[in-house]
Amino acid sequence: MQARKKYVLLGLCTCCWLLLFYWGGLQERLLALLTRRRGEVVRPWPDWLDRALLPGYAENAELQNGGGPGESPRQRRQAWASIYKNSHCRMDTCFDFGRCRGRDGFRVYVYPPEKGDRVSESYRKILASVAESRYYTSDPREACLFVLGIDTLDRDQLSTQFVPNVDERIRGYPLWNDGRNHVIFNLYSGTWPNYTEDLGFNVGQAILAKASLNTEHFRPGFDVSIPLFSKDHPQKGGERGWLLRNTVPPRRKYLLMFKGKRYLTGIGSDTRNALHHIHNGKDIVSLTTCKHGKDWEKHKDARCDHDNQDLWELCRFCLQQSSDLHAADANNGVCLFPVSFWHVPQAACIPVLLSNGWELPFSDVIQWNQAVIEGDERLLLQVPSTVRAVGVDRVLALRQRTQMLWEAYFSSVDKIVLTTLEIIKDRVYAHISRNKFMWNALPGGLVVLPEYSTHLAHYPFYYLNLGISPGQEFTAVIHAVSPLVSQSQPIMKLLQVVSKSKYCSQIIILWNSEKPPPHRSKWPPMPVPLVVTDGRRKTSSRFLPHVTIETEAVLSLDEDTVLLTSEVNFAFHVWQSFPERIVGYPPRSHFWDPVKKIWGYTSKWTNEYSIVLTGAAFYHRYYHYLFSHYLPPSLRALVDRTSNCEDILMNFLVSSVTHLPPIKVAQRKQYKDMPGPQSTNMAPWATPEHFNQRQDCVNTFASWFGYMPLVHSQLRLDPVLFKDHVSVLRKKYKDLERA
Amino acid sequence: MCASVKYSSRGPALIPRMKTKHRIYYITLFSVVLLGLIATGMFQFWPHSIESSPEWTLDRRSVHDAPLVKLPVSSPIPERGDLSCRMHTCFDVYRCGYNPKNRIKVYIYPLQRFVDEVGVPISSTGLSREYNDLLSAISDSDFYTDDVTRACLFVPSIDVLNQNSLRIRETAQALAMLPRWDKGMNHLLFNMLPGGPPDYNTALDVPRDRALLAGGGFSTWTYRQGYDVSIPVYSPLSAEVDLPEKQPGPRRYFILSSQTAIHREYRTELERLKEENGEALLLLDKCSNLSQGMASARKRCYKGQVYDYPQILQESSFCVVLRGARLGQATLSDVLQAGCVPVIMADSYILPFSEVLDWKRASVVIPEEKLPEMYTILKSIPHRQVEEMQRQARWFWEAYFRSMKAIGLTTLQIINDRIYPYAARTYEEWNNPPVVKWSSVSNPLFLPLIPPRSPGFTAVVLTYDRVESLFRVITEISKVPSLAKLLVVWNNQNKSPPEESLWPKIAVPLRVVRTKENKLSNRFFPFDEIETEAVLAIDDDIIMLTSDELQFGYEVWREFPDRLVGYPGRLHLWDHEMGKWKYESEWTNEVSMVLTGAAFYHKYFNYLYTYKMPGDIKNWVDAHMNCEDIAMNFLVANITGKAPIKVTPRKKFKCPECTAIDGLSLDQTHMVERSECINKFASVFGTMPLKVVEHRADPVLYKDDFPEKLKSFPNIGSL
Repeated sequence: MQARKKYVLLGLCTCCWLLLFYWGGLQERLLALLTRRRGEVVRPWPDWLDRALLPGYAENAELQNGGGPGESPRQRRQAWASIYKNSHCRMDTCFDFGRCRGRDGFRVYVYPPEKGDRVSESYRKILASVAESRYYTSDPREACLFVLGIDTLDRDQLSTQFVPNVDERIRGYPLWNDGRNHVIFNLYSGTWPNYTEDLGFNVGQAILAKASLNTEHFRPGFDVSIPLFSKDHPQKGGERGWLLRNTVPPRRKYLLMFKGKRYLTGIGSDTRNALHHIHNGKDIVSLTTCKHGKDWEKHKDARCDHDNQDLWELCRFCLQQSSDLHAADANNGVCLFPVSFWHVPQAACIPVLLSNGWELPFSDVIQWNQAVIEGDERLLLQVPSTVRAVGVDRVLALRQRTQMLWEAYFSSVDKIVLTTLEIIKDRVYAHISRNKFMWNALPGGLVVLPEYSTHLAHYPFYYLNLGISPGQEFTAVIHAVSPLVSQSQPIMKLLQVVSKSKYCSQIIILWNSEKPPPHRSKWPPMPVPLVVTDGRRKTSSRFLPHVTIETEAVLSLDEDTVLLTSEVNFAFHVWQSFPERIVGYPPRSHFWDPVKKIWGYTSKWTNEYSIVLTGAAFYHRYYHYLFSHYLPPSLRALVDRTSNCEDILMNFLVSSVTHLPPIKVAQRKQYKDMPGPQSTNMAPWATPEHFNQRQDCVNTFASWFGYMPLVHSQLRLDPVLFKDHVSVLRKKYKDLERA
Repeated sequence: MCASVKYSSRGPALIPRMKTKHRIYYITLFSVVLLGLIATGMFQFWPHSIESSPEWTLDRRSVHDAPLVKLPVSSPIPERGDLSCRMHTCFDVYRCGYNPKNRIKVYIYPLQRFVDEVGVPISSTGLSREYNDLLSAISDSDFYTDDVTRACLFVPSIDVLNQNSLRIRETAQALAMLPRWDKGMNHLLFNMLPGGPPDYNTALDVPRDRALLAGGGFSTWTYRQGYDVSIPVYSPLSAEVDLPEKQPGPRRYFILSSQTAIHREYRTELERLKEENGEALLLLDKCSNLSQGMASARKRCYKGQVYDYPQILQESSFCVVLRGARLGQATLSDVLQAGCVPVIMADSYILPFSEVLDWKRASVVIPEEKLPEMYTILKSIPHRQVEEMQRQARWFWEAYFRSMKAIGLTTLQIINDRIYPYAARTYEEWNNPPVVKWSSVSNPLFLPLIPPRSPGFTAVVLTYDRVESLFRVITEISKVPSLAKLLVVWNNQNKSPPEESLWPKIAVPLRVVRTKENKLSNRFFPFDEIETEAVLAIDDDIIMLTSDELQFGYEVWREFPDRLVGYPGRLHLWDHEMGKWKYESEWTNEVSMVLTGAAFYHKYFNYLYTYKMPGDIKNWVDAHMNCEDIAMNFLVANITGKAPIKVTPRKKFKCPECTAIDGLSLDQTHMVERSECINKFASVFGTMPLKVVEHRADPVLYKDDFPEKLKSFPNIGSL
């Protein structure tokens, strides 16, 4: 009985248990309990029952009303101009756009030097750069921007180059106008140890182009932060970066290096003192130089002698504090940082910037986070782990990017000054300005002129980035100098040949002859439109950006060029693969003559070339625009005066933009290409004078560019089956092989 | 709970009848059962917040259930925002810490209803639908943390989207009462409609200490660059109206003005423009005589004609967005949604998300002063660019304006990018629409460099057991002037390489690497022994290439360091009959691949091949013992967007020892397999990256009528 009761009871209990277990969905509950903690993380903001009943944050009508029409815009603008001055300056309130509406638009005037004024080497270079730029004007009435003749670079009162009484002097200028439309260049302000922002005079409404600007005093969209440079910084050209090869993995002895002065007080001293914590002596090194102040030699120790700039090349990342940009010792008027910050990108060492509170140079337009590793000074100890986590791909990209920025904007005083002017110009004409992509992609903003187009696809540089390919048609521009007398002239043959190409969309004849152009009926009938324009007998007119050129590709031709249709077609195909280069037929070469110490030019057959003649060449039409608007009028005048060298100049221009050689394609060899004394009636292009002129041109151009942009190539592009022992029936370009 | 009470009351009645020896047993048994029942019951009715099914919505509370907090009159008021605040001065970066995911953690305060001492709420609307959406989006994102101690950023649940509905002083007091307020450090406030009549400040007037402000309608004087975030004014219309994307292209109107509150001076100016340019302009205004019941927000009128808003925006190329009393206009969002290019005329306005978005590619910004010139300015923009801007405008809306979620998460991402700048999103990631992202290439070796000749190249010879042939190859290659090092990859695990003394004596270092498995991909491994940028991959039977040919190949590679530079070229063709790709080794006029039996390329591509090859291509190649060269060609063409360079006439690798038939290459099955490879790879890459060209590279004076001895590379072999 007891046992039975016991079993019944037990069974009952079990039943209850099981029943509850299944009916209650205990498992589910248990599971829910287990996952509860995670669930809470996923959805903590409640899903309100009355979500649908919540009011909108504003009525539609209110939103569309946009706060109503507001006060009179005209009055508002006037009020602004009086409120937002000095430290609140913006282009809208402190800049007179009306001055920039002249016929020529953006013009820069430089105050003439005054007697007894000492101008430092650096400032002299800045003024020279402005004066040589295409924006320079000598007439203050048509100027949009003014640059002072007084040297304002060094405002450290202890410096020997400090110019006193600037305030009184500028106030005496009739054009000063409280600094409106003025730009003031400055490298150093204040003095050690605090280096305040004080310039020692009232800049008023002038734009400050200053090295190491503090974010607190920086007037966004108004001031321009420029890099600090030494007096030895080249005026033009400038060295290319030191990144010569993209070694993978980057073979550098050190991972991270800091090199700089060790201050005991003053700005940046805390961080300097913390630096020794990350120094591990193996791949992270911190080298502090002793050269500071006047008596550093007294405290000199063994480590000081390691101070050579080769070390930069040994490391992959270089730690930089932006106050370095500031902390140049101006005591003796010499920047004691031979390796200042701006050499770091040149050394292809990736800067690690601890830039709390400093506006980076040209931060308006340059995307620094694509080129440097930015860190927070407060998180210095995290820097090593951050840097170690940077992958191979990113190191490769960062190194190339710093190099690209260096070459595009920093390598010479010319570039620094021009970049400053272009940034201001982009603000003045905001609707015709470069976008961020143009500034940060190759070849850099200085050679991308927004007046040509603001559309990326109109430039030869961005096809791959945009995922598009160049157009399928070209425009032939024929340069005609001799009058039309017979139907058997070479130009007639040329017209036939070119118009037969299926890629030719139109032909433009640039009439540069003494005689007026012949009547339309004199020209042969064409399958493509034929336009005759007047070249005004200027050689440089062949590279004018004629509005009639609608295709991206231009085939530039001399009237006496002998070509085959298949040669044209083949070259056009090649150009489509290299749209940013010149693709042409006859090559020429330059060389350095070590005896005469000048550049030489040769038309001999050589194993390498650096120029292709534009008497027959494909290139992008943008280069017409660059030729006519980027190059200085003096060089174009030289071309017009001598009726020569325009092709060399074009090659200089394109190579300076691309850093690459032109491309020569296969062509049947012709007598024209082999000048010899035996030919009786010498063509003008074969005379010795002509040749000497060209040699002079090469040297003149090289001095304007500040370096030799031409690059040699050792290859020629031929059709795949060119001169192969293969049946001619297989060959697409068999005509090219006929002798 | 009820159930357990019932059972426990029945329990004691049974126990007294038991014998003592059983009593303990039963008591234990019953307590177990009881406990079980109680526990079960508890589970049954325990409130659960995670349940999504409506049966268990006990926790679904109403907004009105949020706890009430009374603000004492004397409660402290924060200071006005400090205009000099920057991330390094007003933001506590230590809270964010270093983490491998480089993500900030965001905490949201639980909802509270703040009232003043007499019980009047601090805001007339309380939590708005938009702010609720924003907070839900943040809490659903991986920025969210519920752990207040781990948070880097704090988002109050006090809704300050619209300043007009706020009591300024009380809201400020409420903010200061937040438990972690700490002078507003690391707090983020979202505000879309700042200021109030009549002069409408451009930033939220609520005193907020150091809190970051994500504001709509900042002017350049109130915006703290690098600290605040400029956000759009959300337009609820975009949720109501579905405007399908319209293909970019010319539209019926050139310029459209749809705003209702334009200042008289500007309206006069616009009307003058309309007079001059006629039909190209459409000037809309409020409808004055709408019949009852029609939503006036959705209609616009011109001379009695009624238009649907915002649909009409899709009919125009450009849409005017003029400032009103406020700088930020909700119209901007509508305009972008319609894929109409906004013409923004609001001096000093900081455009939404301008820190990362390149507005020049999606809009035209014109100074207000230049309104009379608007037509001329817009006419000067090339058609193709207008189309691109239309596409870009729509993409901005879809990615960053579309919903409160998009706005909120974009704001957090921008702050995240500032805190972890080394992991920041790139310009391209922010600005390129998916179409462009898909088709564009960003070449990893983009800098135009012609590397110096001096370090030379490293030859990597893959070999199995053809020792004799290998030695001949080594001897031949060692004659090339620029050879820096020779690396033999010994792919035979069963046999050791010959003794050191047997190897040919050459002038450059020779290294032998033994591999663990006989895999084809071993030839593309980025061995540490390769110290040069340039790699010459070469098979152990390629002895026909002359020293001149190899040296010339290296010179060509120097001019094209981002490409594959090889000898025999191959082509891919589309087989229309079969509807798939076909491999072609016939002597064609075109080239899209070069064989890697002998090819120069950058060592970086070894990295890519070994570690970044998409899909299962690498394993597929190793399994099939074929097509490693096709895979390499795909890889390089895909990442650089460029064709390989074929040098010199070589068409095939023919060696004297080989039989008349070129080994496997002519075998029919082999060809089929290679075609299969192309189809397989194209499907893995999702596109056909190979580029077809018609040229090859020869020395400048190749086959020219010129003395051979004066040529740099006279000895170029044929075919």
